[in-house]
Amino acid sequence: MSKLTWHKGFNDGLAIGLGYLSVSFSFGIMAANDGLAWWQAVLISLTNLTSAGQVAGVGIMAAHGTIFEMALTQFIINLRYSLMGISLSQKTDESMTTSRRLFTSFFITDEIFGVASSQIKVGFRYMTGLGVLPVIGWTLGTLLGAVLGSILPAIVTNSLAIGIYGMFVAIVLPVCRKNKIITIVSAISIALSVAFRYTPIINENVSNGFAIIICAVISALIGVFITPSKEEVNG
Amino acid sequence: MDNSVFLPLLLTMIVTTYLIRAIPFVLFREKIQSPKVKSFFDYIPYSVLSAMTFPSILYATDSIISAAAGFIVALILAYKGKSLLIVAIGTCVAAFLVALVQAFIF
Repeated sequence: MSKLTWHKGFNDGLAIGLGYLSVSFSFGIMAANDGLAWWQAVLISLTNLTSAGQVAGVGIMAAHGTIFEMALTQFIINLRYSLMGISLSQKTDESMTTSRRLFTSFFITDEIFGVASSQIKVGFRYMTGLGVLPVIGWTLGTLLGAVLGSILPAIVTNSLAIGIYGMFVAIVLPVCRKNKIITIVSAISIALSVAFRYTPIINENVSNGFAIIICAVISALIGVFITPSKEEVNG
Repeated sequence: MDNSVFLPLLLTMIVTTYLIRAIPFVLFREKIQSPKVKSFFDYIPYSVLSAMTFPSILYATDSIISAAAGFIVALILAYKGKSLLIVAIGTCVAAFLVALVQAFIF
């Protein structure tokens, strides 16, 4: 596992950083439209490093919401990071001491987790390197969006926003090709996600972050159910 | 935005989001022995990303058509085993080109 150095992590973070640059660009535009100063938008991105949570958070700020509302919303939307932290703990090596966990846990996002957990082992240096470019990309994109968003034509900003989803596809699909059960889990998760999106009563009452948790947990549980008892999963 | 509104809410966001990440990552260090529980955590990343991607990817641009073009290109490039960055760029370019054509036609 000597290959999993800071440098390897840094390089693996490039795609995420570029993806974040484009996605956070949209966030910067949105935050500015909601009345935040550019430095306020940048501060949110630098300290939170989460997409759905920040979008909801800015909405609450704009509506002058309560602290309780903010805490509850962030808890629900970001609860999946708890699952990811436990999952990632299965792959961490002995270099992950308590203080290093307290530091690197800040980097747990959907994408960083996705890339990290596709490694066989995750150490402190790899995880730290992996976090650098996403943090820079996410913060810089927010700055650019808040300052320049109104200047660039919409056709460019819209096309940039889809890149992050392309990256998700690139994480999931190759694993599906190798593992039949993960293909089934992914298909069920998508089917549930579609059902949530297009069923009006559910769509109006269940937030997006919460819907993701429900879809992900149900489909993963079904996956556990259909896993033959001796099968080893090579994630 | 006025800092008397912004700062307390920002602080709440930071603390909540950080603790959600840090507490399980620090406390759950034991390797999970049960194969069933272990496979659950193996599946979670892919089920999360799947639910996040579809159908949201179809609404990531201004029109479903350009987004669908991006999605299809993403599927093809990912199936061919291209790197994350190449797939992400290909997705953006495909969506942009189709959006250009749409703008030109309509």
